Amino acid sequence: MPNFVMSYLGSTVTPGQAGNQFWALIYVLIIFAGVSVAVVAMNWIERKALAHFQIRLGPMRVGPHGLLQPIADALKLMLKEDIIPAEADQFVFWVAPLIGLLAAFAVYTVIPFGPSQAVSDMNIGILFMLGVSSLGALGIVVAGWASNSHYPLIGALRSTAQMVSYEVAMGLAVVSAVLMTSLNSTGTGTLSMIGIVQAQQQQGTWFIFKFFPLGLLAFMIFAIAMIAETNRAPFDMAEAESELTAGYHTEYSGLRWSLFMLAEYAAMIAVSSIAVTLWLGGWMRPFPNLLQAPLWEFTFSLFPGLTFLGLAAIAGVGTARMPSHSFFRIQRIGLGVFASLLASIALLLLLIAVAGRSADTSIAARFSEGIGYVYWFVLKVAIFMYLFIWYRATWPRYRFDQLMRVGWKVLLPISLGVLIATAIVGVIIS
Amino acid sequence: MNPVLNSALNTTINPGMAPVATPFFFYLLAGLAIAGGVLVITRRNSVHSALALIGTLLSVAGLYLMLYAPFVAAAQIIVYAGGIMVLFLFVIMLVNIERVSKERRFNRIWPAGVSAACGLMALFVFAFVKGKALFPDRLMTLRESSNTQEIATMLYGERGKMGQYSFGQYTFTFEIASLLLLVAILGAVIMTKKKM
Repeated sequence: MPNFVMSYLGSTVTPGQAGNQFWALIYVLIIFAGVSVAVVAMNWIERKALAHFQIRLGPMRVGPHGLLQPIADALKLMLKEDIIPAEADQFVFWVAPLIGLLAAFAVYTVIPFGPSQAVSDMNIGILFMLGVSSLGALGIVVAGWASNSHYPLIGALRSTAQMVSYEVAMGLAVVSAVLMTSLNSTGTGTLSMIGIVQAQQQQGTWFIFKFFPLGLLAFMIFAIAMIAETNRAPFDMAEAESELTAGYHTEYSGLRWSLFMLAEYAAMIAVSSIAVTLWLGGWMRPFPNLLQAPLWEFTFSLFPGLTFLGLAAIAGVGTARMPSHSFFRIQRIGLGVFASLLASIALLLLLIAVAGRSADTSIAARFSEGIGYVYWFVLKVAIFMYLFIWYRATWPRYRFDQLMRVGWKVLLPISLGVLIATAIVGVIIS
Repeated sequence: MNPVLNSALNTTINPGMAPVATPFFFYLLAGLAIAGGVLVITRRNSVHSALALIGTLLSVAGLYLMLYAPFVAAAQIIVYAGGIMVLFLFVIMLVNIERVSKERRFNRIWPAGVSAACGLMALFVFAFVKGKALFPDRLMTLRESSNTQEIATMLYGERGKMGQYSFGQYTFTFEIASLLLLVAILGAVIMTKKKM
């Protein structure tokens, strides 16, 4: 058994390519657990960050600095009464959140966390991602209709119109990035997510800096369109609470409502990873070609451990600054335990990094390498997730006609122009 | 890599791909597609019909995958399941469903539909039975160990040739198809324009 596990840790292909269903299942479980934890963490960070943007404290009561608030929320949602309106279409009402959730989670099969750290590598990877994530719109539309109520229906119609409009600009931006992958000796590009990152590695540049400013423009169009696709502020017309109560999920409560939230956050992570894969070099660390001396490799492999050490330090400072009143004793102990947990994870990661350098066993080296890949990918995605919160706190909501005008009259022509210009520049250069 | 590791790798990871085209998946997907199709024409509620149609389209996409044509499968999902069906639902929601479900259906055209379906079925059966005699140059034999890449190459030619075909050998057909779409778009624009 250990031999079997070790053999897989040293593998250089994804479980899908190897045809190994057992490891594919394990990867799926790891990703499912990881995304769920990320959604819970995102929930806390969003509430906290929004509160600090507005000079409030945010959740402070449940656990130290509200750290246990997501767990309390989850318990509340699970225990809440699950209401299906009498006039609603029972079956469709029941199936709608599941459609959204399945579409949001299915795309994770092709997200490349590393050259072999993905469930599978399809040669149509990016098409699969765009196609399946567009199925998420169906869940929203159907939910709004099945509720048999006015606000949800309006929310669903808005969301459909918005998604259909922004998908066009988004697709054209993606095509211009895919075009850039074909600038090699064979002249054939690739749609595979792993292939796209490898193409960036071969060409020695992230596609955001390629053909400046064309790559940057395409990236910006995608970054705007992906906010509209996931129905987030400032484009959250589908759930504009000042106009539509809660939009398409007004009639939903309890667990079903939380499934919608889970799907929304999972979809946000998924589109962010498309952006990271296509334009920001995916799993690659900064300057993989320029700084490739062994010492640099080692320095960069320390980053995951150092990050956790930083988090542990923040938690430690929080513990020290906790008021010394006896009311805060349990909170203080809790935060101290949390800090030491983070510190031990940091130590473990640092240990792996050192072992990967000094030991000559290829397993430790490959394991440390794998952690590095996943770390850089997750870090880039995390920056996008923070940007989502930042946008929400910064910009007021668009009016619907403004939204449509931006989509069709600004983003679409620009993305078409960028696509044509990319093709022309590519032909001239090669 | 050390030798122990290498031998373990070779035993746990097989070099080709595990076959996806098992009879179980074929019958599952084909059954889902047919069941969805039947539901589309028997449901009175048009949203239910649309949902059943989405199920059919997705199972057909799965069948394309089993034929080693992943690009067609992806196009099917993006264009039909993701794009057209969302617009379908969009339009259906603006229609008063309670009134529509009480109205009489277009019953007079069903003989035409049945005969067209029977004709298509006969064509398929004919191609299935006589196919070997009709297209002798299309015969192919698969070895036991063939992996997906080989099969896909045999069925559709080399990778990356799709773009060359559609912009080289078959440009005219391709452009004719896009002309059709252009006509439809122009028609839609003219119909929605209030003042000419």
